[in-house]
Amino acid sequence: MRRVIKKSYLVITALMLVLLAACGEGSGSGSADSKGSSDGPVSAKIGVISYLTGPGAAYGEAITNGFNLALEEVNEKGDVNIELVVEDSAGKQEQALTVSQKLMSDDEIVAILGPTLSTEMNVVAPEADINGISILGTSTTAAGIPQIGDYVFRNSIPESLAIPAALEKAVAAYDVKKVAILYGNDDLFTQSGFDTMKKVAEDMNLEIVTIETFQKGQSDYNAQLTKIKDLQPDLILASALYNEGAVIMGQARKMGIDTPFLGGNGFNSPKVIEIAGEAADGLIVATPWFAEKENSKVQAFVEKYKAKYGMAPDQFAAQAYDALYIYAEALKNAGEADRDAFRDSLAEIKGLEGILGEFSFDKDGDVIMDPTVLIIKDGKFQIFE
Amino acid sequence: MLIEQLINGITLGSIYAIVALGFTLVFGVLGIINMAHGEIFMIGAFIGVVTTSVLGLPLWIAFIAAIGVTAALGYLLERIALRPLRGKQGVSHLAPLISTIGVSIILENLSHHLFGAGNQPFRNAFADIQFQIGSITVYLVQILIFVISIALMLTLSFWLSKTKAGKALRATAENLETASLLGVNTKRTITTTVIIASAMGGIAGILVGMAFNSVNPQMGLSMGLKGLAIIILGGMGNVKGAMAGGLLLGVAETGIVAYGDSGYRDAVAFITIIFILLLRPQGLFGKKTAEAGR
Repeated sequence: MRRVIKKSYLVITALMLVLLAACGEGSGSGSADSKGSSDGPVSAKIGVISYLTGPGAAYGEAITNGFNLALEEVNEKGDVNIELVVEDSAGKQEQALTVSQKLMSDDEIVAILGPTLSTEMNVVAPEADINGISILGTSTTAAGIPQIGDYVFRNSIPESLAIPAALEKAVAAYDVKKVAILYGNDDLFTQSGFDTMKKVAEDMNLEIVTIETFQKGQSDYNAQLTKIKDLQPDLILASALYNEGAVIMGQARKMGIDTPFLGGNGFNSPKVIEIAGEAADGLIVATPWFAEKENSKVQAFVEKYKAKYGMAPDQFAAQAYDALYIYAEALKNAGEADRDAFRDSLAEIKGLEGILGEFSFDKDGDVIMDPTVLIIKDGKFQIFE
Repeated sequence: MLIEQLINGITLGSIYAIVALGFTLVFGVLGIINMAHGEIFMIGAFIGVVTTSVLGLPLWIAFIAAIGVTAALGYLLERIALRPLRGKQGVSHLAPLISTIGVSIILENLSHHLFGAGNQPFRNAFADIQFQIGSITVYLVQILIFVISIALMLTLSFWLSKTKAGKALRATAENLETASLLGVNTKRTITTTVIIASAMGGIAGILVGMAFNSVNPQMGLSMGLKGLAIIILGGMGNVKGAMAGGLLLGVAETGIVAYGDSGYRDAVAFITIIFILLLRPQGLFGKKTAEAGR
């Protein structure tokens, strides 16, 4: 019996040796490849982690559509030749981590785009930072993400940038003195939005008359709204995802509250109009993405996206589209498919013109950009003046 | 504000009560907790959305359609998930509970697949009819919900205590075999019960859609848990207890939001339930049933 075990160990050891040798050969030929192509376009593989199955699959779909559309254009241009390796995180932290490790262990992959949710990014980003591979979130807006490490970036406008921009304009327009805050207290994203709202409102010396909470999937908001109605605020700050937010607005308008609402990133969706109908009028949001902007690049993107995917692009598609352009630019400037060279040239990016506007990274890898403030009027998002 | 919040609380409480009535009926007869009840309620709400908003049919047809579909689901639930497990040797008494959880998962995912993940608006002119009494606005829907819940409770009480079918049902609840020996068609009695309970879930679903204008595939779960808490509060299997418990929880939750901190809404509501149960372990109205059921 013991002899059999010993023999099998021998066999296993031999097999492993063979495997190791094969691996060595593989990576050797890989690096030779990328060196060989340094005179032509720079070739590289980029890993994508996206939320492709499960309740939030619509986000992942928009994001990968944005990547793919930009990919065609970038490769056609000929400066770089990028190949995307797409993995599904299903919106789960543990799955996001597993697929990210799979991508990181592939030496041919130079950098990673994604994952979709801030909660996933909080798990994946430290791992990427340890492994020395750049990671850029296109939809991760929670506070503190680019600060995780030197290799962590994002191109999505954080709430800390969007909410002050929107609030400043709203205060100026409606002469706001008193605000009520309403937020979902069982979600990291809406909680972080609430923290920002509260801080900004305090900084601007606004009186917060009440802070009310609700939970995901709740259907009755009448108690909170009756209380708010009684306190007569000039503006209601709502840190909610559009699904709950739209229902809240519907019930508020029905109750006779005409006060304008101000929402965060999660509230910014054409779906609000679809669900709440007329009641959605008066919602103010700050967004990097406005599809009706009079800009040839923006309009070309909207046309192409509609033709290819049969629907209008949302901010997730737009942010993903710009992110791939940012990566392409970084790869071109790096001149080789090397993870560290790529990170350095990525951090250098300044004033890149995209469909969201002029884009730069700050020293942490966070966004420097002016958001557009929009309001829903007559059942349509319009620029808020 | 006090009166307005009270109306909000009673509306919410009446809906809780209708959901709880469905739970309590099935529990009273079969002694099991029907975990799929919340999801049947959700399907009822979706049928309401589809008939009024998508097909543009009048509200009363929506009610009939919802009752019809949920009653059919109740029949299938009994036929597929409950009956095969009943009276078999070696089947754990928890097995029907697990099979109803299975049904609830299937229903939730089915509606997710059919209607999408988001909220569906329930647009209806009827939901906008309102009265102005002084500074207070009252909606016809709110009154309707309260009236329907009271009417359902009275009808059920009457049906259970005065009619022959009700007697058969109580006999079945007391002891299935004895009732069967005494000539009660227990199979039919049980099926009827599950169907009626499910149809009541469907009615509650439409009422929620009208009152709050929001219907989504996840709404069944939270409503189901509340319904469960209410029947424990009111006394398992007790119709009046379900009604009183529902109203109590609805008003308590609204009161906490109105005069306290909305973040503690569920916590305070459930702590209240724990206290009541410490004082009255059998629930508010649960004395008789608690003895008879065991």
